Amino acid sequence: MPFDVYLNVAIGGVLTGLVYGLMALGLSVIFGVVRVVNFAHGELMTIAMFIAVVSFSCFHLDPLVMLVPIAAVLFAFGYALQAALINRFITRPEYSQFLLLVALGIIVANSLLIIFGPDARAVQTAYAFDSFAVGPLIVDAAKLYAGAAAILFTVALFAFFRFTRLGTAIRACADNYTGALVVGLDVKRLYALTFGLGAACVGAAGAMLVLLIDATPMLGPSYTLLAFVIVITGGLGSMPGALVGGLLIGVTEAIAGLLFTPSVKSMFAFAILVLVLLFRPQGILGRRPA
Amino acid sequence: MTALLSLDAVSKRFRGLLAVDHVSFAVPEGTIFAVIGPNGAGKTTLFNMIAGAMTPDEGSITFAGKPIDGLPADAVCRRGIARTFQLVRPFPALSAEDNVTIGALLNRHDVGAAQQRAQELLRRLDLFDKRHRRASALTLPDRKRLEVARALATEPRLLLLDEVMAGLRPTETDRMVAILRALNRDSGLTILLIEHVMRAVMALASRVLVLNHGTAIAEGAPEEVVRDPAVVQSYLGAEAE
Amino acid sequence: MRAGLSAGEPRRIAILLAALLAALLAAPWVVNDYLLTVLILILYFAYTGQAWNVMMGFAGQLSLGHAIYVGLAGYVAAMLFTRLGVGPWLGLLAAIPIAAACGAIIGFLAFRFGVAGVYFAILTIAFAEFARIGFDNWGFVNASSGLFLSVKQYGHNDLWQLRGDPTMFYYVILAASALLFALCHLLMRSRVGYFWLAIREDEEAARAVGIDTFRYKMYAVMVSAAVTSFAGVFYAFFYNNLFPEQVFSISRSIEIILGPIIGGVGTLFGPILGAFVLTGLAEALSSSMSAFGLELPGATQVFYGVCLLFVVVALPDGVWPPLARRLGVTKRQR
Repeated sequence: MPFDVYLNVAIGGVLTGLVYGLMALGLSVIFGVVRVVNFAHGELMTIAMFIAVVSFSCFHLDPLVMLVPIAAVLFAFGYALQAALINRFITRPEYSQFLLLVALGIIVANSLLIIFGPDARAVQTAYAFDSFAVGPLIVDAAKLYAGAAAILFTVALFAFFRFTRLGTAIRACADNYTGALVVGLDVKRLYALTFGLGAACVGAAGAMLVLLIDATPMLGPSYTLLAFVIVITGGLGSMPGALVGGLLIGVTEAIAGLLFTPSVKSMFAFAILVLVLLFRPQGILGRRPA
Repeated sequence: MTALLSLDAVSKRFRGLLAVDHVSFAVPEGTIFAVIGPNGAGKTTLFNMIAGAMTPDEGSITFAGKPIDGLPADAVCRRGIARTFQLVRPFPALSAEDNVTIGALLNRHDVGAAQQRAQELLRRLDLFDKRHRRASALTLPDRKRLEVARALATEPRLLLLDEVMAGLRPTETDRMVAILRALNRDSGLTILLIEHVMRAVMALASRVLVLNHGTAIAEGAPEEVVRDPAVVQSYLGAEAE
Repeated sequence: MRAGLSAGEPRRIAILLAALLAALLAAPWVVNDYLLTVLILILYFAYTGQAWNVMMGFAGQLSLGHAIYVGLAGYVAAMLFTRLGVGPWLGLLAAIPIAAACGAIIGFLAFRFGVAGVYFAILTIAFAEFARIGFDNWGFVNASSGLFLSVKQYGHNDLWQLRGDPTMFYYVILAASALLFALCHLLMRSRVGYFWLAIREDEEAARAVGIDTFRYKMYAVMVSAAVTSFAGVFYAFFYNNLFPEQVFSISRSIEIILGPIIGGVGTLFGPILGAFVLTGLAEALSSSMSAFGLELPGATQVFYGVCLLFVVVALPDGVWPPLARRLGVTKRQR
């Protein structure tokens, strides 16, 4: 196959990878601070996708326009979840928290199934089939917009953590729970905020992703797993790592889909996960946990 | 008396910090040997290397004539070295009897025989009446004695005790000292202990090694070591005038 | 999680067990066909839950990809039957070592490289997903079109070929569950069982008393996988079809763990109780919904999710321990 095709596919993979990266960033933020393994991550994204679908089909609102509202809704949902339920589980053993989120994931996914039925819902925007030609390269408009939105959102998030007081407070919690308590930070509230932020990330990613794929209720688990693969590959607790991992997986998937049948491309993600878990469990950019 | 355990220029480095710096000593069989020193002196690191929880970067550790440095913790135990932990670690949801039975099963394949041995040891350590209680429900002194019982159940030749007196009141300390002395006297068990409680060290040890900043600064009989000026300055402090 | 090492008041437990067994033996004469199928499902989940429990409740290794053993075993036996006419019991002889080997690979990779806790769970999910996608695209086993076993006669029961009416299958799964129960009982009181508990409680402390934790964790994984393989063979011959999308699905893996978690991980009765509670209630729910004319796909799963949520929040040790205290069958705890 000519090099052009590979390049186009790779670029498509990069753009998709940016969206994946944002989704994984949400997971990474949650794990890095609250230390909860959010097994319902994909389901949060599915909720966002369906909100986007409904807004589009009922009100003709483009998902990108709805990006901020959807992120806000997911933020509120995540905040409430952490504050009301998960905060009580901080002292419980790991598998307990894990199972709590597994339960929530099952409830959400199947509730969506009951409400919307099993069929796929698509969002056909005006630019869905447009593409830009840049020299020999052809870039899908939808992917380009989605990728750009992902970059913007990610930059905003990084800025939040780096430059605001709240962001610094959250990072303090992540580094040293007891220390944060000692200096008077309301850790539980910060945890709730962080979970909300993580949910907002994945919500935004969902709004972007619905431009690229169809929404089905049972999408959750595969994207949760994908997010885990990305975060573990990039480095648990490392925010840049999530992005690097997202890009890596996005490109790998795209190229694998080209070389083999599309359905086996997920196998590559899992193969990478296994390799990372075995040989470099802290990921590309992560630190070994204490 | 031959040395049961000997360390030869053992060192351990953590990134930049030299936690243990070329430490050498020998523990004769049948004695009680104490390692003392200020916090951060490298005592627990030393222990961890003997017990197989860590590998020395330099030097060698010999037990009963064979090298053991680099062996994993379970292999070290099977060679005959048992240990307790600084922060007690019994099996929390299991009963005291089950805890010790597990230790006894190392050398016995019959569960009934292991349970009997466990009961003997629990009696010896004054825990027989509480043998059905969950380990997590026991008091700290009881859990410390439980850990000792569990370690003894593996029929060790050398027992490593990591600050086993910490957190005990004087009466409990005396009780533990009496038990350990009896074990050493009756079965010839060699004991190597890390201790801060000088009362126990003076009462038990026939030989003391003092560590500071990872190096051995004194070694000898307890009475000599506590008068050694370097030891007094770095750790013990002088008597108030 | 509870220890449950030595049985509680032995006589009371024996009476309870005998009563349960008698009731189960008599069931086919008393209940209608639909309920019999429900009972088969209950016992199937009691069996797989118990098999999973060996790894988790005893050795503390959380496996969320247990469907891989069911699927592998089912496919091995089904392929041998459809291609070579080999009966299920011989197929089982082939499936057991394959499942055990699969467990050994997962275990070896995980334990050699220090993958534990939640990471181990994720690894097991990854393997199961890998199998699902792999089989879904593997022409040799018919890929996503699935495998079908011939359902020729229902006239008479053929135990050797596992062809027959539900009653036969009922007694097969009942016998298997009873045997597994007895096996777990023996394991719990054996040297291996004690070592597993030590590993579950505190792996480092277990090493400090001389337990070769790698070896015993491997045993737990392999035994659990080998025992689960029977469920795979049963599944294949009872349902007569295998689709990778279904049999390796993460939903199957989660269904397997629900019984023990709700009933009580690490206990002998937990998986059985959990299976009865969960499947019983789920079937009650779906049949009452059908009675009202509501056909909601996914309602059962929501119900499962709610049960799991409830148990995790309110009854972390499962339903069995408080129930056991009520019935007066726990050990004296002073």
